[in-house]
Amino acid sequence: MDQILVGFAKAFQLIVSFDPEVMEITGRTLAIAVLSCLVSTLFCIPLGSLIHFRNFRGKRVLINVIQTFYSMPTVVVGLMIFIFFSRVGGPFGVFNLMFTPTIMVIGQVILISPIVLGLTVAALSGVEKGVFETASSLGASRIQATLLVIREARYAILSAVTLGFGRAISEVGLALMIGGNIAGYTRVITTAIAMETSKGNVELSIALGIILIILALLVNIILNRLQQK
Amino acid sequence: MVLIETVNLSKKYAEREVLKNVNLKIERAEVFALIGPTGAGKTTLIRILDLLEAPSSGQFFFNGEDVSSHQVDRLALKRRMSYVHQRPLVFNMNVFDNVACGLRWRHLNSSIIKRKTEEALDLVGMASFRNGSAKTLSGGEMQRIAIARALVTEPEVLFLDEPTANMDPVSTAKVEEVLAHIINQRKTTIIMSTHNMSQGQRMANRLGTLIGGELLQTGTVSDIFNQPQNRAVAEFVGVENIIRGVVEGKDNELASIAVNGEKITAISNLPVGEKVDVLIRPEYIVFSSTPASGSARNVFKCQVNRINTIGSSVRIEATCGFPLLGVITVQSAQELGISIGKEIYASFKATAIHVIKRWN
Repeated sequence: MDQILVGFAKAFQLIVSFDPEVMEITGRTLAIAVLSCLVSTLFCIPLGSLIHFRNFRGKRVLINVIQTFYSMPTVVVGLMIFIFFSRVGGPFGVFNLMFTPTIMVIGQVILISPIVLGLTVAALSGVEKGVFETASSLGASRIQATLLVIREARYAILSAVTLGFGRAISEVGLALMIGGNIAGYTRVITTAIAMETSKGNVELSIALGIILIILALLVNIILNRLQQK
Repeated sequence: MVLIETVNLSKKYAEREVLKNVNLKIERAEVFALIGPTGAGKTTLIRILDLLEAPSSGQFFFNGEDVSSHQVDRLALKRRMSYVHQRPLVFNMNVFDNVACGLRWRHLNSSIIKRKTEEALDLVGMASFRNGSAKTLSGGEMQRIAIARALVTEPEVLFLDEPTANMDPVSTAKVEEVLAHIINQRKTTIIMSTHNMSQGQRMANRLGTLIGGELLQTGTVSDIFNQPQNRAVAEFVGVENIIRGVVEGKDNELASIAVNGEKITAISNLPVGEKVDVLIRPEYIVFSSTPASGSARNVFKCQVNRINTIGSSVRIEATCGFPLLGVITVQSAQELGISIGKEIYASFKATAIHVIKRWN
């Protein structure tokens, strides 16, 4: 119990003193999670719309596969990326991306995209069937009618993005495997917590954990504000 | 000038044929109502005319242009039409944006959008709701917004699919008032569907009766209601006395029709020996306690079988050698002392009868 209280005190101290290392790790954590979320959203919304609006053979199976990947273990994604991007024998090894923030973004995009994509398809399916047709009968082109349906599903889509962000900011296995937890370069809050805990520095881990939760809370408050608009 | 024309238009869903060879011509600025029971194909026909569905066969011309032709710019054509769906559907945005969206899709400038949207909201009496969320409105208010949204783009033709279905009488009256105002103010061609015959009668210049996917009769309100061309139309438009008979004799236009051993005199040009249906609207039958001495050619002694009071009118079912249904006021029923089993006289004029050829 004392450790938790000390952790709270330490977190408070680290935040108010703008501890340079903590600020740097926090900034990187936020940047990687936000960027991953943004990239994922940018391609999942059009792709989700395509899946929703087009009728094709195997559509149901595809949606089931996407939903299965919701629970994909982060270490499995890490392993696959390791195999593909390894400098020794990996097909994309030439890009020299292993243990860089870029590969962490790629990994997180792969990790969260099934969630954002699957929930976008579900969000679009939840829009009243007549919306597209009504827009169409009022003179909207296919693209204009599609954009209207996306607009109608905006709250549910934002929830999908929020969930994706939550998974991106909180995962540790992937960041550790492909980022390498390099101080000043790829270290993020979750990998720092794992490392400090293994070193027995529990108070600092608790402090970093609290900062992570505050960060997630702030981002969720912003996204909720957007939902209410 | 003909704005819309269909030639042998048919639509099939799998093996079910929902429209069968529909031939229809709608003049510019006409208000045309498709009437028919639920499931008759009215919505399907309107959806085809609004280019939301393609017909299985047949042709559809808009302003003389074959719509099925590949040269036709379907989006440009669609933008000359508007459609108000049966179930009021508004978008999750405020009332102003709901009405303005059609104009925004046409990339008009913002001052024109503002002016036209405000005019449309005024037209449907919803200007005070402009900043409110459309999703919080009642069904009737939503439908008025849907009408404003459809009208704001000034379409050449407005499709209304059962615009007051599932609405309470007060909302129905308000929506009808808005539509009547539009019909009087603008020269928009309106094609509406309704299963409410009196609504069709009130709003339209011309009616088309669609039953079982077939356009059985088109004509003025008077044509459809007083001279239905077949039994199905007669039944739908509320002719409750449809009596089978055979033309037995002719005297110029006057035909004597044998009905269950009785004779009904009616105006008909059908030949002697023709099997016919005799159609008499219940409201044209006069009941009296003694044989009527007026000009009615048909007077029958009847026995009352059933009495049913609905509001201020009384429906009387009687046997006059053939079954006959009449409607009189409660006051008349009291004066006649109508009761079950009582003998009364029913009379109706030859001109009140419409005779159609029977096909089976």
